[in-house]
Amino acid sequence: MDEELDSRKVNNSFLRDHNYATEADIISTVEFNSTGELLATGDKGGRVVVFQREQESKNQPHRRGEYNVYSTFQSHEPEFDYLKSLEIEEKINKIRWLPQQNAAYFLLSTNDKTVKLWKISERDKRPEGYNLKDEDGRVRDPSTITALRVPVLRPMDLMVEATPRRVFSNAHTYHINSISVNSDYETYMSTDDLRINLWNLEITNRSFNIVDIKPANMEELTEVITAAEFHPNHCNTFVYSSSKGSLRLCDMRAAALCDNHSKFFEEPEDPNNRSFFSEIISSISDVKFSHSGRYLMTRDYLTVKVWDLNMESKPLETYQVHDYLRSKMCSLYENDCIFDKFECVWNGTDSVLMTGSYNNFFRMFDRNTKRDVTLEASRENSKPRAILKPRKVCMGGKRRKDEISVDSLDFSKKILHTAWHPSENIIAVAATNNLYIFQDKVN
Amino acid sequence: MAGAEGDDSLYPIAVLIDELRNEDVQLRLNSIKKLSTIALALGVERTRTELLPFLTDTIYDEDEVLLALAEQLGSFTVLVGGPEYVHCLLPPLESLATVEETVVRDKAVESLRKISQEHSPVDLEVHFEPLVKRLACGDWFTSRTSACGLFSVCYPRVSSTVKAEIRQHFRTLCSDDTPMVRRAAASKLGEFAKVLELDYVKSDIIPLFTALASDEQDSVRLLAVEACVSIATLLPQEDLEALVMPTLRQAAEDKSWRVRYMVADKFSELQKAVGPEITKNDLVPAFQNLLKDCEAEVRAAAANKVKEFCENLPEDSRETIIMTHVLPCVKELVSDTNQHVKSALASVIMGLSTILGKDNTVEHLLPLFLAQLKDECPEVRLNIISNLDCVNEVIGIRQLSQSLLPAIVELAEDAKWRVRLAIIEYMPLLAGQLGVEFFDEKLNSLCMAWLVDHVYAIREAATCNLMKLVEKFGAEWAQNTIVPKVLSMSNDPNYLHRMTTLFCINALSEVCGQEITTKHMLPVVLKMASDQVANVRFNVAKCLQKIGPVLDSSALQAEVKPVLEILATDQDMDVKYFAQEAISVLTLA
Repeated sequence: MDEELDSRKVNNSFLRDHNYATEADIISTVEFNSTGELLATGDKGGRVVVFQREQESKNQPHRRGEYNVYSTFQSHEPEFDYLKSLEIEEKINKIRWLPQQNAAYFLLSTNDKTVKLWKISERDKRPEGYNLKDEDGRVRDPSTITALRVPVLRPMDLMVEATPRRVFSNAHTYHINSISVNSDYETYMSTDDLRINLWNLEITNRSFNIVDIKPANMEELTEVITAAEFHPNHCNTFVYSSSKGSLRLCDMRAAALCDNHSKFFEEPEDPNNRSFFSEIISSISDVKFSHSGRYLMTRDYLTVKVWDLNMESKPLETYQVHDYLRSKMCSLYENDCIFDKFECVWNGTDSVLMTGSYNNFFRMFDRNTKRDVTLEASRENSKPRAILKPRKVCMGGKRRKDEISVDSLDFSKKILHTAWHPSENIIAVAATNNLYIFQDKVN
Repeated sequence: MAGAEGDDSLYPIAVLIDELRNEDVQLRLNSIKKLSTIALALGVERTRTELLPFLTDTIYDEDEVLLALAEQLGSFTVLVGGPEYVHCLLPPLESLATVEETVVRDKAVESLRKISQEHSPVDLEVHFEPLVKRLACGDWFTSRTSACGLFSVCYPRVSSTVKAEIRQHFRTLCSDDTPMVRRAAASKLGEFAKVLELDYVKSDIIPLFTALASDEQDSVRLLAVEACVSIATLLPQEDLEALVMPTLRQAAEDKSWRVRYMVADKFSELQKAVGPEITKNDLVPAFQNLLKDCEAEVRAAAANKVKEFCENLPEDSRETIIMTHVLPCVKELVSDTNQHVKSALASVIMGLSTILGKDNTVEHLLPLFLAQLKDECPEVRLNIISNLDCVNEVIGIRQLSQSLLPAIVELAEDAKWRVRLAIIEYMPLLAGQLGVEFFDEKLNSLCMAWLVDHVYAIREAATCNLMKLVEKFGAEWAQNTIVPKVLSMSNDPNYLHRMTTLFCINALSEVCGQEITTKHMLPVVLKMASDQVANVRFNVAKCLQKIGPVLDSSALQAEVKPVLEILATDQDMDVKYFAQEAISVLTLA
C-alpha cells in the first residue's frame, strides 16, 4: 500500500485566487461522474465547476488524463425566506451526477433547501443568415427582399452550456444534507435533518415523504438524520445514518412510508470509553454503500467503519483516522471542530477507503493489507508532478524527523470532501479553497 | 417561386423565418407554430433541401419549442411533396426522439408513428425500419426508449425477414441494461403483442412478459401488470391458465407494495381480460388479499374497485361471492385505521346497494353506511353523502335521514372551511332527494347561516346554493322562505352582511322572475344606494346592472335611472365608475 501511494504524484491542482481566498471560494463538495471523465465541485458561493479529463495524447504522454475546467456556472443564489425571516445560503451541499442518457451530461446540485437539475451540453454549430438583416446586423430595407433565405448551420468554436432543467423546491423544512439518485434512473431522494423525500426526476411539484422522524413535540427530539444513500443496484433499498451513530436500512417495497427500518446497525458502546464527548463523536457524518452493494462505510469523528449488510450487531472493520486527537477533545469542542462533517469514499474496487483529517491531511486504509497512510494536500509540499510523501503525527515530547507534533496541527485546514475515480486510481481532494487531483505515477 | 409574387407577400414570411432564431422564446415558438406557412412559401423542394436540414440541427432549443416542432412535423407530409417524400421528415424527428425531455421524445415518437402510415411498404423498409433499428441500437438510452414505441407501427407492414429482425430488436430491448429502456419496452409490450401473430405471442411475448414481470426493478415489474391485461385478451381462454396466470398470481403477491398497488388499480381490466371462470377461482381470493393488504395505498386502490369488481362478477354467483367473500372484507375496511382507505371505500360502497337489492342493503349495507356517516374523518362522511342517490333508488332515503341529519349538521359547522364548502355543494342534491318539507324543517336554517359565515368563499357558495335551491323548489317557495330573510340582512350593522344581500339578489333575481324582483328586491337595493360604506354603494351599482335585464323599462327609467345618476356623481371613484358602467350597459344615458 505504501509503495503504491508513494508512487502517486501530484497531477495538477486547481488553485482559486489564493491570495484573496474568500469564504465563497471554499469547496463544499466534490464528485466524479459514473465514467470518471468529469469531476464536479461545488463551493460556498453557490458555484459549480466541472472539470473534464483531457484525452490522452501521444505527444505529451506525461500529461495523461489531466483534468481541465470544462464548465463553470452559478447554481444557487443567496435567498431570503420572508415567511420565516431566514437567510438561505447559496452553498452547494451536494452534487450527484445522473447516469448519462444522451450526449449531454446531467447533475443534481443542492443547497439547504432547493435541489436543481442541470444540463451541461456542447454546441459546435450556429445558424447564419437573416432575411431582414445583412451580415453586419444592419437592417435591410424590406423592399429589397426578393427571395427568402433559410438559415444555414456553420461550425463554430465549441461552446459548453449549463442550463437549469428542473428546480425541486419547497419540500424541506430543515437543511438538506444528502441527495442520492436511485438505480431505477427515475427517482432520487433528498434528505434533511428529520425527513427524507422521494422525487421523480421529471416532476418538480410533488414529492413523497418516505421517512419522517420528527417527534410530535420538538422538545423530545434526540436524534437527527445526518446522511442517506440509495443502494447502488437494489432500487428499493436505502440507508440513512443518525447523529446517535446508528444506521437504518429501509425497504421501500414493504410500505409507502419507511418509518420502520428493516435493518438497524449499531455498535454497542464501550463503557470504558464513555466521556462527555462520546455522543458527539459517535455521530455519523457520512455513509456510503460500496460499489458492490455488499458493504456500508460510515465516518464518525474519529473512525471509519465498514459494515456488512448481513451483520447488524457490529462493524466488520474499524479504522482509526486520527486517534491522537482523543487528548484534545476539549479544545476541539471549544473551537467547534468536533462538529466537523468529514466525508468518506471507496475506491473503484472497494479495497481502499479514503477520508479527510486536519492540517490538510487525508487518510487511506487498505482493507486487504490493513496498512494505512497519511498524506498531505498542500501547495507548500506539492509541486505539480511531485510525489506525495507519507506524513506522521506524533504524540508526546519526542519528535522524530519528518514527524509533526499533534500540538502543531492546523485545525483550520481541514479536508472534509474527497472523491475517488470510479475505476482508476485518481483522487480529488478539496482542501478549503483548493482542489488537488492525484493519480498513480506514469512511468 | 415565391420571389415572383413581389415583396409585400414575402415580408411576413421573411419575418417568420428570422424569428425562428429570435432570442425571445415566445417569438421562436410562434414561428415554429407557423412552420407550415413558411414551408408553403418556400415550396416543397426548398423545404426538403433547406428548411428540414436546418430544423434537424436546432435541437438545442427550449423544450416547448422542440415540442411544437415535433408536433408540426407529424402533419408535414403534404408540405414536403406528399407520401413519396415523407421520408425527408425522418432525420429531424430522429434527432428529436433522442432528446432528454420525455414529453418532446414522446411527441416525436407520436409524429413518427403518424407518418409511418404515410410510407409506402417499400419506403417503410428502405427508410423507416432502418431508423427504428438505429434508435434501437443507439448508444444512449433515450434513443432506445423511443425505439420501443415504433416497433408496433412498422411490424404489420414489412416482409417476414424484417419482421424477424424487429422481434429480435424488441427482445434485446426487453433485457436492456438500463431500467429506463426495460420500462419503455414493458409499457409497449401489450401494444406490440397485438400486432404479432398468435404463435409469436406465445413463443416470443410470453417469455418476455414473464421475464419483465420478475425484473429486479419494481418500476419494471409494475408495468408488466399493465401488459398482462392486453396479453390476456389476445390469448385463447385455454392458454391463460398456463401462460398468464402464474405471472399474475405472482404479481398480486409481489413483495413490493407498488406492484400490488398496480394489480389493485388494474383489477377491473384484469377481471374482464381473464373471464368469469378464472375470476371466480383466482381473482376473488386475490381481491380479498388486496383488500386486507398491509399497505394502506394498496387497500385504498382495492377499495376503490369494490363496486366495479362486484358489478362485473358472473351473474349466477354474484350475490354469493359478494356476501361470503367481499362483504366481510368491506366490513373491516369501514373501521380501517387509514382515512384514505375509508374515504376510497365511502366513495363506492353506496353503489353496492343496487347490486345487492333492497333486503340485503337494509340488512348488511345500511349499518355500514350509518357507521361511515359517523366517521371521524369529514371526507368519509362527504363521500357517503355525495353518493346518496344510489341508495335512494333502492331503499329510499328516509331510512337514512335520522343519521343523515346530524352528519350534515356537523359537516356544515366543521371548523375547516373547505369541508363546509364541500357540503354546501351537495345541498341542492340533498334537497332534491329529501324533499321540500324535510328541507324547510331541518336544513333551511343551515343554508341561511352560511350566508353570514366569516369566510367569503362560503358566503359566495351559499348565495350560489340559494339560486340552485330556487331552481328546484320554485319562485313561490323562494318568496315565502328565503327572500324575506335575505332582504332583512340589508339592515345588518355589518357591511359585509349587507353586501351579502346584494350578492344574493344578483344570484336570485333571474330565477325569481320579474315580479318578485321588482316588488321585493328592487326597493331594498335602491334604499341601499345611500349606504355610508362605499363598497356597499358600488355593489348597488353593480347589482342594478345585473338585475336590470330582469326589470321592465318603466321601472328602469323611473326608479333605477335616478339612483344611478346620483351614484354617478358620488365622491368615491369606484362608486362613480360602476354607476357609469351600469348606466351605459343598461343604456339609460
